[in-house]
Amino acid sequence: MNQHIKSLQSPGHQQSNQKPKEIHAPVWNEPVILEMGYPGRRGLVLAEVEPEISARVPETDALVPQSMRRATPPALPEMTEPEVLYHYLRLSQQTLGMMSMSIFGTCTMKYNPQINEAMAWRPEVTELHPLQHEDTMQGALEIVHRMDLVLRELSGMDQFVFQAGGGADAAYTSAVVIRAYHASRGELEQRNEIITTIQTHPSSAATAAAAGFKVITLMLDENGYPSLDALKAAVSNRTAALMVNNPDDMGVYNPEMKEWVRIVHEAGGLCFYDSANFNGVMSKLRAREMGFDACMFMLHKTFGAPKSGVGGPACGAYGCTKELARFLPKPIVVKQGDHYHLDYDRPESVGKLREFWGNFPVIVKAYAWTRAMGAEGISQAADISVLANNYMEKGLLAIRGITRSHPDAKTPRIDMTRYSLQQMKEETGVDVHDVQNRMTDFGLDALWTSHEPWLIPEPFTPEAGEMYGKEALDRWIAVMAQISDEAYSNPEHVKTSPHNQSVHRLKPGYTDKPDSRAMTWRGFKRKHA
Amino acid sequence: MNAIKPHPYMANSVPELQQQMLESIGVEKIDDLFVQIPKDHRVTRPIDLPPRLSEYELRRHMVGMLSKNQTTETNLNFLGAGCWQHHVPAAVDEVVRRNEWLTSIFGEPSSDHGRNQAWFEFCSQLGELLDMDLVGLPVRSWGMAAGLALRMAARQTSRHEVTIVRAVDPERLSVIRNYCEPPEMENHIAVRLVEFDPSSGKIKLDDLRAAVSEQTAAIYFEVPSYFGVIEDQAQEIAEIAHAAGAMVVVGVDPISMGVLEAPINYGADIVVGTIQTLGVHMHAGGGTGGFIASRDEERFASEYPTLFISIAETIEPGEYGFGLGLFHQSSYGLRDKGNDWTGHSVYMWAIAGAAYMAMMGPRGFEEVGTQILQRAHYAAQRISEIEGLKIGFPDGFFKEFVVNFDGTSRSVAQVNDALRDEGIFGGKDLSAEFPELGQSALYSVTEIHTHDDIERLCSALKKVISK
Repeated sequence: MNQHIKSLQSPGHQQSNQKPKEIHAPVWNEPVILEMGYPGRRGLVLAEVEPEISARVPETDALVPQSMRRATPPALPEMTEPEVLYHYLRLSQQTLGMMSMSIFGTCTMKYNPQINEAMAWRPEVTELHPLQHEDTMQGALEIVHRMDLVLRELSGMDQFVFQAGGGADAAYTSAVVIRAYHASRGELEQRNEIITTIQTHPSSAATAAAAGFKVITLMLDENGYPSLDALKAAVSNRTAALMVNNPDDMGVYNPEMKEWVRIVHEAGGLCFYDSANFNGVMSKLRAREMGFDACMFMLHKTFGAPKSGVGGPACGAYGCTKELARFLPKPIVVKQGDHYHLDYDRPESVGKLREFWGNFPVIVKAYAWTRAMGAEGISQAADISVLANNYMEKGLLAIRGITRSHPDAKTPRIDMTRYSLQQMKEETGVDVHDVQNRMTDFGLDALWTSHEPWLIPEPFTPEAGEMYGKEALDRWIAVMAQISDEAYSNPEHVKTSPHNQSVHRLKPGYTDKPDSRAMTWRGFKRKHA
Repeated sequence: MNAIKPHPYMANSVPELQQQMLESIGVEKIDDLFVQIPKDHRVTRPIDLPPRLSEYELRRHMVGMLSKNQTTETNLNFLGAGCWQHHVPAAVDEVVRRNEWLTSIFGEPSSDHGRNQAWFEFCSQLGELLDMDLVGLPVRSWGMAAGLALRMAARQTSRHEVTIVRAVDPERLSVIRNYCEPPEMENHIAVRLVEFDPSSGKIKLDDLRAAVSEQTAAIYFEVPSYFGVIEDQAQEIAEIAHAAGAMVVVGVDPISMGVLEAPINYGADIVVGTIQTLGVHMHAGGGTGGFIASRDEERFASEYPTLFISIAETIEPGEYGFGLGLFHQSSYGLRDKGNDWTGHSVYMWAIAGAAYMAMMGPRGFEEVGTQILQRAHYAAQRISEIEGLKIGFPDGFFKEFVVNFDGTSRSVAQVNDALRDEGIFGGKDLSAEFPELGQSALYSVTEIHTHDDIERLCSALKKVISK
């Protein structure tokens, strides 16, 4: 191989003897769309109203009561179709996302297969109305039912429902079902406490509180998980439920979880397993076999459907035991012979958490993912993600300024590891936000720090997942090593980063302070005129 | 180590690479990395799933199932009731399907600049439609937006009762109840329903006055209502609420905003609604999404549970970027001490909405609103000419209206079954939800319904009710 070819390096490849190369993001200097266009231009023009209609029905004035007619037209831009299209295509190009590599912890960034997108964008999906008669949606309902069966097999639960529009929404579903269960026993007023842990996703605590429960949050001991004594002290006849993930957001698995479930059950509480970090334990354990009464899967992450900027559309599949199934939101898809039926006749149901019966396109993508993977593929994905995490840990801990949380917890972490850059910060002044920004100069999506509150200073939490190859992981490690070198030799270069991105860093605090923040263009013009 | 075929989605499924990585870590086999998990936590039997499919097999399998669906593209659809068939421009679909933002995660403001700008432009354009300065990133549905807005009002007024007009979608009301009740919970919000006038479908103002008190945190009503009715007493309703120190929460369908007044101008404090009608397909209900908007005042801003995206100066003079605002007050920032909760929502539909609103512009919204009104009223008039059929609330509706079948010998269910044989999806059956309306259905007519479509519906209706 000649020298020239040898020095070529694509962003996804790392050769051990080379410094990682930087990228250049597009800079389109795209105006805010409300500043674009020209009066009179149109992006969409409708057909003329047929003369038969206009002859009988006059235009708006007579059809809308005077007091309710719009007085001033909205100040929207006036643009042609290509102007709008290319504006948004340029903006899409200024979105780094997963274009090179994103291993954003707890979000399980994985490949979003194109075949799944192609299926979900077929008119048999996009052009369905949710209230169509079930006879006209047999294909849709079959997919929902098949996905239900897959999730039952993975979790051991008896019934899933897909109404929740995300993981937090499924956690809220759980809190609402917990309410209904205790209300049915006349114990809801007494059982008004939900126990969770500080390393369970914030949405478990938040949804429990929004549902009206008092939240008891258990802190970690030196092993990286709360002690049994802490749980025992929290459990009482006021306990409505335990809401917990395992492994947690640091990749630590609580080996006493079965005992936890036993203790909570003994006290009359329910146990909800948040499968947020399921990727590392897929096919290794079932929530039901652990004793849990209910669990939740995020189809938009663990099952290959896209995250869309932590934005969704998403789907939280909530599953539970037979005993709790009567409280589930309705309808439920049930198979009756060869027919799929939307069962609304569920008198004890909590009703609706979101309108209609589920985020069908996301279910299509998730189901397709499970079929493309098969049981072996899913098992292998868990293996590979845990292997990749531990492989990365070896490389990252060799980098100056990086330490691991809970050094006493010696056993390998599951699907992610929590690190700290505190030493780097103390020695160089470079903090985790500086490193996040500098990473993007190399085309890497910024590392994820930690949910609030930060339990260890300057945290970061990569989750390698199963998609990326060893050479990509090596490049991520090499970029971190490079940034560490820079921090110790030229910290200003890191602190003023990014240098190659679409725009520079935002001024600190600008998006929060009442006099500067502006959540709309009109708000901005008013505040900054 | 698994000896199965390397998988197209997994670069490290090549056994050799796994071996290299194991050697680097210094463990013998992958299972050694799972020592944290006690044996008695492990599955009692292996996972048993249908076999793995190749991409071509998968396509066949999926298309085979999907082809059993009948769509609103090949049938003539008059179902609405919270999810509506409007035209979605092809350019909007091209924008929303871009992998760059479809597959992204939060990112940094400097590196995910374009997606943040698109989100900001969604909020900004919706703000123009609503005449409001503060618009949160979307929530999962209209019902959820209403439920969360009523909780905002309760926190802001320190009151624990809300008054809701009963002419509301029962699905949405159920969502709202799940956000406010049950009474066993401390700080629950009591939901008080106010009747609608059986002849006009509008709110009974005297009943409203009687229901509103110093306990009332907010009045919630919709324009148009569930029955499609344009509530023209909106200003009086707002005055009743404000006189009692309550807030006014109004639900709207933003596609009406080219012809209907923005609620802030008749007294709304918080406005909620759907975003599905802004360039999002129905997706069997997956297109559902909601928004919350208000004035940009601290008393409102501090109570939002949503995330925000703010424009901001960067450290480079003259340059602007976009970043999350007021993150700290959300459940991401404060867990159970935050404002209710947030999480994955429907932000891709925000990008669709941004492109849609820009393509429509002020003239497009006026045109689509006008056409919907004309076509819907034409359809209602033509249906009302059919013997035995009556329009429930014939005056002042937008795109939906109630068709009553009591003058025929058919139930709505029977009519809809027969219409289906004609390739028509009839309106939503209201007979169980609102028995006082008799055998009635809610029909939705939008800009996509042509004269010929409406005539076809009328011919089919005549046929099926005379059978």
